[in-house]
Amino acid sequence: MTKIERTGLTRRALLARSVAAGALCVTGAGFIAAPNAAWAVEVTVITEHQMATLLQMARDIYPHDQVGDQFYAVAVKGYDAEDKKALVEEGIAALDAAAQAAGHADYVSMGWEEDRVKVLQSMEDSGFFQTVRGGLVTGLYNQKEVWPIFGYQGESFSQGGYIDRGFDDIDWL
Amino acid sequence: MAAPFDLNDDSVVVVIGTGAGGGVLSNELAQKGVSVVALEAGGRYLPEDYINDEWESFGQLAWLDARTTSGDWRVAKDFSGLPAWIVKAVGGTTTHWAGASIRFQDHEWKALTNYGAVDGASLLDWPIDGAEMAPWYDKAETKLGVTRTGDRAGLPGNNNYKVFEKGAKALGYKEVHTGRMAINSADYDGRLACQQTGFCFQGCKWGAKWSAAYTDIPAGEATGNLEVRERAHVARILHDDSGKVTGVEYFDKDGNLQMQKARIVCVAGNSFESPRLLLNSVSDMFPNGLANSSDQVGRNYMRHTTGSVYAVFDKPVRMWRGTTMAGIVQDEARHDPSRGFVGGYELETLSLGLPFMAAFLNPGGWGRSFTTALDSYENMAGMWIVGEDMPQATNRVTLSDVKDQYGLPVANVHFSDHPNDVAMRNHAYKQGQAIYEAVGATRTFPTPPYPSTHNLGTNRMSEKPEDGVCNKWGQTHDIANLFISDGSQFTTGAAENPTLTIVALAIRQADHIASEMAAGNI
Repeated sequence: MTKIERTGLTRRALLARSVAAGALCVTGAGFIAAPNAAWAVEVTVITEHQMATLLQMARDIYPHDQVGDQFYAVAVKGYDAEDKKALVEEGIAALDAAAQAAGHADYVSMGWEEDRVKVLQSMEDSGFFQTVRGGLVTGLYNQKEVWPIFGYQGESFSQGGYIDRGFDDIDWL
Repeated sequence: MAAPFDLNDDSVVVVIGTGAGGGVLSNELAQKGVSVVALEAGGRYLPEDYINDEWESFGQLAWLDARTTSGDWRVAKDFSGLPAWIVKAVGGTTTHWAGASIRFQDHEWKALTNYGAVDGASLLDWPIDGAEMAPWYDKAETKLGVTRTGDRAGLPGNNNYKVFEKGAKALGYKEVHTGRMAINSADYDGRLACQQTGFCFQGCKWGAKWSAAYTDIPAGEATGNLEVRERAHVARILHDDSGKVTGVEYFDKDGNLQMQKARIVCVAGNSFESPRLLLNSVSDMFPNGLANSSDQVGRNYMRHTTGSVYAVFDKPVRMWRGTTMAGIVQDEARHDPSRGFVGGYELETLSLGLPFMAAFLNPGGWGRSFTTALDSYENMAGMWIVGEDMPQATNRVTLSDVKDQYGLPVANVHFSDHPNDVAMRNHAYKQGQAIYEAVGATRTFPTPPYPSTHNLGTNRMSEKPEDGVCNKWGQTHDIANLFISDGSQFTTGAAENPTLTIVALAIRQADHIASEMAAGNI
């Protein structure tokens, strides 16, 4: 099963095993992890390269510089599943082919977001892109752990609403 | 006889749907001693059940049975299976509504007379007017406890309102206030005052907002004259050889087909399900469906000319705090063709939580243009546009090739904007953006309409039988004991949120049905 877990690997071990550029490291050990070892995604069905590409793609579709990779990882981890395997294989192959046509080794090794976005735009109408994008709308923004990063407070009923907690506290008008 | 009623009891009035129309009608009839069986497709949820989480609540309350869409409206592309955001539950969409409760303006009852004929539109005058409706509006406002009517105070303004008010007044707008809302500004009718919790759309956990689910429905049940059957999905309405309706067939909560006899049937399933039910009720005598000799069933679907304007400021607003829609500018609601369109529109405060903002700000949008807007979510203010749209005969509900879980053809909802709708929306976008720019907005977003919440027309009221489906009482022109009791009877949409008018019409209709029954006329 796919899961997000804190890894016990040292930073040095991860760096030694990583094969991809960028913030995400493909470790080649059945999971990918953050370079600082803060988190990792285990993969059992799709490849590490495919999961790393999905993560980068998620960041490029809905880029929020203040939102850590672990939240994007949660949003795409469901693609490590038998019923998603064909979609992912075909979609990532197309993405990498488009990157190669633009003179790069593959999608994740394109250094600039702007270049990656051009590749995504070229396949914007594909079922793969629309599935990943549509899934992120709930997969990313409906994570309660993400809300505080945007300042959103979620439910307030348990605290008695905002009647005594600032529903009208705007002070700059 | 007291509830529950026997399936073979042909003395009962069957009401299909329990929202603002059917829920109120059921209670009002029950209060007058009339036996009522109300059939509700959804389950029963009360304040303790409501969930203050947008997607989870949506899964709990929204009508998610299949529907299909066509036409050039953007909803058909972005939300092709979800033409409306309305509720499947006891109390219907009164659990979800925002509470805005404003009367039609007098001129809006006579749109054809006052606007003149508009190319491509099927405008018509209502067979009733403001003077006739005034006493029923009084009763509706008292029932709902509408603020700024009677001796009820207005709600306090939240952060989102304060931004909106300051910008509106800077533009010179005069009719700016926190709205006439069916949300208590003080304890009323056994319900608490608003606690400024937000999540008005997810069902009010305090019961401060009026909903039929916890007011009219239990009040009607307490009389012993009302039985509400939950999870009862009506399949068709039956009739006899004389053409009078005799009962309804429905699938009960276990999926078994049942038949309830009836003296009178009132259809209140909203502007999609009500015409769908009539169209699905075909017979040798009525091959085009019930009450459809005019071929008007399903036509003239209206959804209000809507849209939203969001704006980002350089400092926090926190628009999600407090009452969602307690704020209105009414200056543009007038009919003033010099603006380039007939009819008018209201501007009302609105906020969405982060999850729904991501889904609705620019459906399908992605990349930094989109995400930098959400990055400023905390600094965002929002408003909703609600204006009169033009009835068009080609905007209509028909039966789809798609079938639902019971094997019944679902509703296809076809809608395309009229040029008048487009002109009005563009005017409203411009004014809305100007309001926010007047208070220092650094970026504004003219946001496309969401899946519809104001679903109107499709069984419209008309003086002449050939122009519509029902008469001034909601009684169908073709069948004396078949009534239309929801927003589908609207002849035109006016600029106002429709619930107050649906409730006023339901109270009036109950009075009419009870007196006609007593007189032995139906």
